[in-house]
Amino acid sequence: MEKSTSPKQEKENQELGEASRSWEVKTAASPQYSEPASFEPLEAKQGLETGRQSRSSRSWSPQSGARTSLGGPAGPETSPAPLSPQESSSTPSPLAPAIQDLAAPLQSDRTSSVIPEAGTPYPDPLEQSSDKRESTPHHTSQLEGNTFQQSQQPKPHLCGPRAVSYNNANQKELRFDVFQEEDSNSDYDLHQPATGGSEVAPSMLETTIQNAKAYLLKTSSKSGLNLYDHLSNMLTKILDERPENAVDIIENISQDVKMAHFSKKFDALHNENEMLPTYEIAEKQKALFLQVHLEGVDQELEDEIVENALPNVMESAFYFEQAGVGLGTDETYRIFLALKQLTDTHPIQRCHFWGKILGLEMNYIVAEVEFREGEDEEEVEEEDVAEERDNGESEADEDEEDELPKSLYKVPQAIPKEESRTGANKYVYFVCNEPGRPWVKLPPVTPAQIVIARKIKKFFTGRLDAPIISYPPFPGNESNYLRAQIARISAGTHVSPLGFYQFGEEEGEEEEEVEGGRNSVEENPDFEGNQVTDLVETLSNWVHHVQHILSQGRCNWFNSIQKNEEEEEEEDEEKEEPDYIEQEVGPPLLTPISEDLEIQNIPAWTTRLSSNLIPQYAIAVLRSNLWPGAYAFSNGKKFENFYIGWGHKYSPDNYTPPVPTPVYQEYPSGPEITEMDDPGVEEEQAFRAAQEAVLLAAEENEETEEDEDEEDDYD
Amino acid sequence: MDAESLLLSLELASGSGQGLSPDRRASLLTSLMLVKRDYRYDRVLFWGRILGLVADYYIAQGLNEDQLAPRKTLYSLNCTEWSLLPPATEEMVAQSSVVKGRFMGDPSHEYEHIELQKVNEGEKVFEEEVVVQIKEETRLVYIIDQIDKAVAIIPRGALFKTPFGPTHVNRTFEGLSLSEAKKLSSYFHFREPVELKNKTLLEKADLDPSLDFMDSLEHDVPKGSWSIQMERGNALVVLRSLLWPGLTFYHAPRTKNYGYIYVGTGEKNMDLPFML
Repeated sequence: MEKSTSPKQEKENQELGEASRSWEVKTAASPQYSEPASFEPLEAKQGLETGRQSRSSRSWSPQSGARTSLGGPAGPETSPAPLSPQESSSTPSPLAPAIQDLAAPLQSDRTSSVIPEAGTPYPDPLEQSSDKRESTPHHTSQLEGNTFQQSQQPKPHLCGPRAVSYNNANQKELRFDVFQEEDSNSDYDLHQPATGGSEVAPSMLETTIQNAKAYLLKTSSKSGLNLYDHLSNMLTKILDERPENAVDIIENISQDVKMAHFSKKFDALHNENEMLPTYEIAEKQKALFLQVHLEGVDQELEDEIVENALPNVMESAFYFEQAGVGLGTDETYRIFLALKQLTDTHPIQRCHFWGKILGLEMNYIVAEVEFREGEDEEEVEEEDVAEERDNGESEADEDEEDELPKSLYKVPQAIPKEESRTGANKYVYFVCNEPGRPWVKLPPVTPAQIVIARKIKKFFTGRLDAPIISYPPFPGNESNYLRAQIARISAGTHVSPLGFYQFGEEEGEEEEEVEGGRNSVEENPDFEGNQVTDLVETLSNWVHHVQHILSQGRCNWFNSIQKNEEEEEEEDEEKEEPDYIEQEVGPPLLTPISEDLEIQNIPAWTTRLSSNLIPQYAIAVLRSNLWPGAYAFSNGKKFENFYIGWGHKYSPDNYTPPVPTPVYQEYPSGPEITEMDDPGVEEEQAFRAAQEAVLLAAEENEETEEDEDEEDDYD
Repeated sequence: MDAESLLLSLELASGSGQGLSPDRRASLLTSLMLVKRDYRYDRVLFWGRILGLVADYYIAQGLNEDQLAPRKTLYSLNCTEWSLLPPATEEMVAQSSVVKGRFMGDPSHEYEHIELQKVNEGEKVFEEEVVVQIKEETRLVYIIDQIDKAVAIIPRGALFKTPFGPTHVNRTFEGLSLSEAKKLSSYFHFREPVELKNKTLLEKADLDPSLDFMDSLEHDVPKGSWSIQMERGNALVVLRSLLWPGLTFYHAPRTKNYGYIYVGTGEKNMDLPFML
């Protein structure tokens, strides 16, 4: 089927013969290719044999385009036909070599290169030519092949069997022609004439084709592919694999080609940055869910079940949800797991989910913890208790010089903080920002911190090391402030139903000299539970079970005068010595909350039944009005306390910052330094007269003495 | 929060701790449906809950076609029966602004406020103490109005304005992106703009007139009165107002879920400048 042997002559004849026909057909059938295009083929044909220059290739494209649309016979219109149908607007240069490649076999083979089109019956040579033609595109460029195939496939209406045969022939031919190309190349070189003619600018046709090709080359914004490449890849794959009935599975082939093409997402980098913290947290929280498998798992399990320090957070959360308070089920579960992690890593006797304190940037989840006996982790205290020594030291330096007025300011002795496990430091608190993050232990609270925390009102930022800038200056940073507020809230709002706790019998009240009351309670084993309605009706059924914090800042009174007695004897000046400081007394433990002070006629607590619709299963809910956010519930047998809020006390009046202390007096007022008016003239004269009178009297008395310069002169 | 997505919204807003108990939730779902039908609202929002000493008020708002039109407010004590509240008038505002303290929980409770009024009697002018009685309902209206004007917010792009005037819900709103969600400027006050006209021309040139027609949160006074946080590991952005503590706004970035709820005592935090 190779037409390599067809003589040039034959071709020319055929060209001429068919030129007219093709010409007619062209004009008839191709509206888009206007006059210049139609002319071109004729001229180009001439030029074809002579030389395939890039310029002519240009004309070929519209030619071929025209031809494809026509499908008409165009014998000598050789290579252009399959070259680039209307879809492809070829740039001259890439086509040129292609065309040149094409030209060689074409020249040798061709008789006609018209792509068959519907409608016009074609002579046999057409079939031949079509075969030839179809062969060429394949090895010229993929483009040609693509377009060619394209033009082939959408034309099944070609005279039925002929079409089929075309297609089949095409496919078979294509490969065959690959080999032909090499052979014909040499031929081409021989026939390389200079193409003088065809200066016609393709203009419209060419621009359209260029536009079409540019459109095909446009990169998709979603996947980074372009249609041009995709089609080329697809056709290459098809021609390589030669599947049966390719037309039926063409869509699947297209999909496969796309999937095989690995392309990175366009803006992958952007998304990465944003989602990173999300993934981090998710990883951390995933760690919570993984169980730690150690050796001897069974024993561990048993141990866990036996001494369970972990509270049943989910159960409490269920009850609080009845009251409308809660963090949401999955969040609570994560907190539950985080608490479990806490109890696993620290030797904890009892643990309790205290609550959540909201902050500006981050929130705090607080766990109240009691360590096992003897396993306390004591921190080294760096407090200098010897503050009152400062005054003494400065005295020694200035003895020899003129004595500067000594500061008589006595720094009030710092009240020592309470021991751990007693009073305000009874429990240790751990905080974390989010479940999954590590738990941080809060330092024990000092009375000074509590005293000042009562005077300031600041939002928490969420960072434990943030400084607290306030007046009076808070001794510590946010972790200390947080601890102080937690202590205050616990002391003010941790309540339990009457009878749940009772005083321990072993504690002796008379042992401690300063204690006014008992300071520890223990569970009452005989507790029988209260009626829920009782709990709601009156507040006297609830009692505080945490010690009240005195205004000193401690729960147990500390008498600072006792220590002072020894020092006072050493000091020379004793000013305003307090005789005794009244011992501060607070309400004793287990005081019913009905005794709580009201805030401007508002009771300190509000009680509710959780549900009015089903009272038999309702629980009693207590809400504090003094510390908004503090809740307590009881269902008769169980009870629990919870806090969720900003961590501040409620006051109906606005907060007024405390006034700075008055300026200290440097000198005591006395006659020595008090200014007095200078005496007036009359006064002076009167004074002088009086003095002279005295002088005379003295002279009379003591004539022997001749002191005349007794008196001073008052000016 | 939209009554349509009440359950999901409550779950998302639960970070602030205060929510609704199951029986309230259940009754809300049914009763809001009926409210929508009876009053013929387009959208019903569950506004929140004001905690009183004796009882709590549950507040809902109804919206019609125009999203920025004044909303109708309803209140209920048990989430089942709803009563319409009158719109706020100037007189109400002036009266109720003097009342302080907690809400009682009884709508007919009357606050007594003693005012000194100058009374002219003939030629004598003397001051008399007049006791003004203010009903709690009036105060409720006033507080809800204040809170709405001050801290009700909406993300940028959720509403759009048509040239004819009314604002509509934007059905193509896909949610803010993560980076946008962390900025205060992506949230607007859900009310008629007050400061928009004070912007310079340069700033106005950057605005999109169909989306940026409300005040943004950036210029709220005092600065820092909003706390912006990401919860659940960047899957939820929560804004809490520090001026009216109890107002929580939540939004899940890249989704359509957003809303705000107020659960609190209904008192403004006047100490805010000291606390920052």
